[in-house]
Amino acid sequence: MASGVKPRVKVPKKAAAGDVITIKTLISHKMESGQRKDKDGKVIPRSIINRFVADFNDQNLIDVILEPAISTNPYFKFEAIVPESGEFKFTWYDDDGAVYEAAKKIKVS
Amino acid sequence: MTIKPILVFALVGLTGPAFAQDSSTLNIDGANMVTEIAAPSHMENVDTIYSGWRFRSTETQELELDDFDNPAFVFIDQGIDFWNKVEGSAGKACASCHTNVEDFAGLRATLPRVEGGKLVSMENLINDCRTERMGADAWKWSSSKMTAVTGLVGLQSRGMPMSVAIDGDAAPFWERGKELYYTRVGQLDMSCSNCHEDNYGVMIRADHLSQGQINGFPTYRLKNAKLNSIHARFKGCMKNIRAQPYKEGSAEFQALELYLASRAEGLSIETPSVRN
Amino acid sequence: MELTRRNLLVIGSGAIAFGSLPAMPALASTTDEAIAKLTGGADIGEGGLNIVAPEIAENGNTVPISITAPGAVLVTVFADGNPVPNVATFKFGELNPSRSVSTRIRLAKTQNVVAIAQMNDGSFQRANAAVKVTIGGCGG
Repeated sequence: MASGVKPRVKVPKKAAAGDVITIKTLISHKMESGQRKDKDGKVIPRSIINRFVADFNDQNLIDVILEPAISTNPYFKFEAIVPESGEFKFTWYDDDGAVYEAAKKIKVS
Repeated sequence: MTIKPILVFALVGLTGPAFAQDSSTLNIDGANMVTEIAAPSHMENVDTIYSGWRFRSTETQELELDDFDNPAFVFIDQGIDFWNKVEGSAGKACASCHTNVEDFAGLRATLPRVEGGKLVSMENLINDCRTERMGADAWKWSSSKMTAVTGLVGLQSRGMPMSVAIDGDAAPFWERGKELYYTRVGQLDMSCSNCHEDNYGVMIRADHLSQGQINGFPTYRLKNAKLNSIHARFKGCMKNIRAQPYKEGSAEFQALELYLASRAEGLSIETPSVRN
Repeated sequence: MELTRRNLLVIGSGAIAFGSLPAMPALASTTDEAIAKLTGGADIGEGGLNIVAPEIAENGNTVPISITAPGAVLVTVFADGNPVPNVATFKFGELNPSRSVSTRIRLAKTQNVVAIAQMNDGSFQRANAAVKVTIGGCGG
């Protein structure tokens, strides 16, 4: 498990049913592309977050396959229409096998 | 014999500071920042001073508008962790004595300042605490740990105007800094003023030259995807003109830091800013 | 030609000039191949999805892009001048009706960012954004 890998998410705490809300997610991760070489000329192996999934009340909202061309500290902003109160679950999958999670509840009136 | 670089020819023929402004109003999470103000009276050749934010592309400017989008905050979070981390023989963390980092509001605005006859920057204050009160090792001037904490402490002054003392005890250091600012150095034989006073606003190859203000430091640079200290930036600039850089933490860089801070008098602190 | 140091420098700089020519055919066709593989050679329409990217990126390692593809099931993004053209693949659920997403990507040099959307009805749409990636005059 890489050190210093931390997810952050921004989700409104409440919304009216049918509102379009904006969700922002970030995970601090170097995203070593596999293109760089070290001081001795050896290729630094690829080590990235390769997948990001956002679900709402177990329904998939977005599922992203990331390649090394995604910048350091992968950032995703997207919209959602929430029909009811519930919980967002966010999951990030690392090349090294680690899985990072975050969750946010939203109250829908 | 001074060698005039090709670079100078590229700048010749341009009629003074041309301005391709993107947005001109900076509002961060509801707080308005001053990015343009009349230059302080000690600046003879400049009428208006501008924050480096004004010289960046729209996309780069947008990154600073909100603390979630601002990539620097990954490092500010790390700064909070360091603040709370117990280190050294005294078994203390910064938080043991300084429970609320918010109490440091206003500090960044007045640094560097003279204490006991010496000019001190924030890095000195932090290392003094670490070595003398925590029994911990000093941090390297531009290390990721140091910039995370100078970023965190600087953030507490965000929105406040830069306001350093340049008279009294500070006067000799300020004069030295001013001298350094206007002295040509290096193989390219250039001074800070050649770019940042005589040619701010024009393009130097693909870069939009700023006034070289330091109101946003430590700054997150897109170039290296991390927080950068003031002295690290000075060092980079000197290397670019093929000069032997002074050392980070040196008397020269501290004097220069004081002089530059005085050139930003009145601009809002934007720490941690986003620049290229 | 006598191989003096001056001549070597001239030859050497010529080689560098060749290496920096933009959008070499070889790389462009890798992206075309990848797109053909994705669509199975089907026709690709335009106008059904939108990609927003800066005209000039101040730095190639953090280029913000935005994609909107209403009615799309899958959107695949390529950067045709990168060492590896694939950038990301987005699968959208029903709760994101605008099929919109913004992210930040790395671009090695001036090139096109290409998005291919697979729509609900199985057809394909394409959008393109040309991005100039600059190297600053004074990097510090």
